[in-house]
Amino acid sequence: MPAYRTALAAARSVGDRTFALRGAVVRAAAAAAALVSAAPAFAAPEPAKGDVAWITVATLLVVMMTIPGLALFYGGMVRAKNMLSVLMQVLVVFALVVVLWTVYGYSLAFGGDGLFYGDFSKLFLAGVGADATAATFSKGVVLPELSFVAFQATFAGITCALIVGAFAERARFGAVLVFSAFWFTFSYLPIAHAVWYWAGPDAITDAASLDAVTAGAGFLWQRGALDFAGGTVVHINAGVAGLVGAYVIGKRIGYGRESMAPHSLVSTMIGASLLWVGWFGFNAGSNLEANAGAALAFANTLIATAAATLSWTFGEWWFKGRPSMLGAASGAVAGLVAITPACGFVGPIGAIFIGLVAGLVCLWGVNGLKRWLDVDDALDVFGVHAVGGIVGALLTGVFAAPALGGVGVYDYVANATSSEYSIVGQVWVQLQAVLLTIAWSAVVAFVGFQAIKHTMGLRVAEDEERQGLDIVAHGETAYHR
Amino acid sequence: MKMITAVLKPFKLDEVREALSAIGVQGITVAEVKGFGRQKGHTELYRGAEYVIDFLPKVKIDVAMPDELVDRAVEAIQMSARTGKIGDGKIFVYDLEQVVRIRTGETGNEAL
Repeated sequence: MPAYRTALAAARSVGDRTFALRGAVVRAAAAAAALVSAAPAFAAPEPAKGDVAWITVATLLVVMMTIPGLALFYGGMVRAKNMLSVLMQVLVVFALVVVLWTVYGYSLAFGGDGLFYGDFSKLFLAGVGADATAATFSKGVVLPELSFVAFQATFAGITCALIVGAFAERARFGAVLVFSAFWFTFSYLPIAHAVWYWAGPDAITDAASLDAVTAGAGFLWQRGALDFAGGTVVHINAGVAGLVGAYVIGKRIGYGRESMAPHSLVSTMIGASLLWVGWFGFNAGSNLEANAGAALAFANTLIATAAATLSWTFGEWWFKGRPSMLGAASGAVAGLVAITPACGFVGPIGAIFIGLVAGLVCLWGVNGLKRWLDVDDALDVFGVHAVGGIVGALLTGVFAAPALGGVGVYDYVANATSSEYSIVGQVWVQLQAVLLTIAWSAVVAFVGFQAIKHTMGLRVAEDEERQGLDIVAHGETAYHR
Repeated sequence: MKMITAVLKPFKLDEVREALSAIGVQGITVAEVKGFGRQKGHTELYRGAEYVIDFLPKVKIDVAMPDELVDRAVEAIQMSARTGKIGDGKIFVYDLEQVVRIRTGETGNEAL
């Protein structure tokens, strides 16, 4: 989750009453627990029921985003002979990463201090029992740690599943699985740790303890990078890996000459809609608590996406002559990607602006930029997710400013919003996070793809690609005519 | 005996079928095909990928009949399938060597 010294000042000021109420609930629950069980005289904070219910639902929504949201969104865009291969890759990569997350991913991402990795203290979820708790962004407020583990697992899963779109219709299934495990370990985990890991707000009581927490936190967290739900960790990370993969694997046979038109834009629209609905869990769930901060992230997710849908639609209408359904769906996804890092930090009008810009910039990303890059990124993972993520990450630095409706930077020592906010300074920090993520992901992806290419092989044979991956790799046909 | 093959605009199928029925031609085989003659196709745009689609959807009918009906059948098809715009289609007439009714084994004109 976003590890930031800055927090939800707006949430705190509106939610102070909420916080006080929840604090009372927490204390009452703790007292009750002390009476009921032979607990020690000092009662540790217990999770609040509303927060647990929300994070649980949010996790479900993110699962739905991947299966079937992303699966259908991607699947509809490929040719019918490859539909099942896309569904399969998304589903199985998700399942694989969830298991790896449980075994070692959570420990390496959130297990302890470090610049890019935690440690193995929670290998096989050691110590993460039913009663273990995880910090939120409010002092004295906790969640069951297992809830946090599960929530984060879905993030890791969808990030790795996003990548497969770039090399759709020609990658070997085994290669996709091996690459996913490799990239998850060497790119997803360190970027997630670098952006989101900190020891939690309860450890911060004065300047000295703030320095101590900062010293142990992730590399980008230390620099104050703002990424509420994963613009860098998820979208730039995956988008860049996808582009590298598409480049290494090469263009599809007949690319540019033969028709590779989507076989079911109906599926794509259904998938995009499931992504939008599920994304409320992705973004508002990243608030961890069910309070005003979640409300802000929720509202921004609705508003920015709507704005981006409009700007892509009208942009396409203006520049291409007709607004397309695929364009509208893509615009929505672009808006969702862009608001992801910003959703808990910016105000609703900032969200409109971010959405409008993302829709237009990503429209360019899948047209002019794509032609310039000359890479067959089959489902535009780079053009939508990386480009949208970059737009969102940078504009977060602008619109988080209180002067522009944002929540500003939270000071956990003073327990109040800081009165200072430098847009230029914050955008520079955001840019550093963007550049590091691009470079790290690109290098790891390149190494991974090349290693697989020269060992087990990355791409299917030419006649297999012509026949279609469904029958060749999976022995099935999606549609029987 | 003759076999008439005609390529038509899809929405004209019902009219043609009724016109043939009216002159006493029973039985017809229909296939959905695609093709073009002089009619232009259209362009489809999917994000950055533009496709020029030359092939247009058409309907092909095959009708077998005795020689006496051919001229009236050709006229019936032409009158009912015509819109006056490019792409109306074509009619082909072939010699038919043999016809067999599978159920009964009848051949020739009895099988038509």
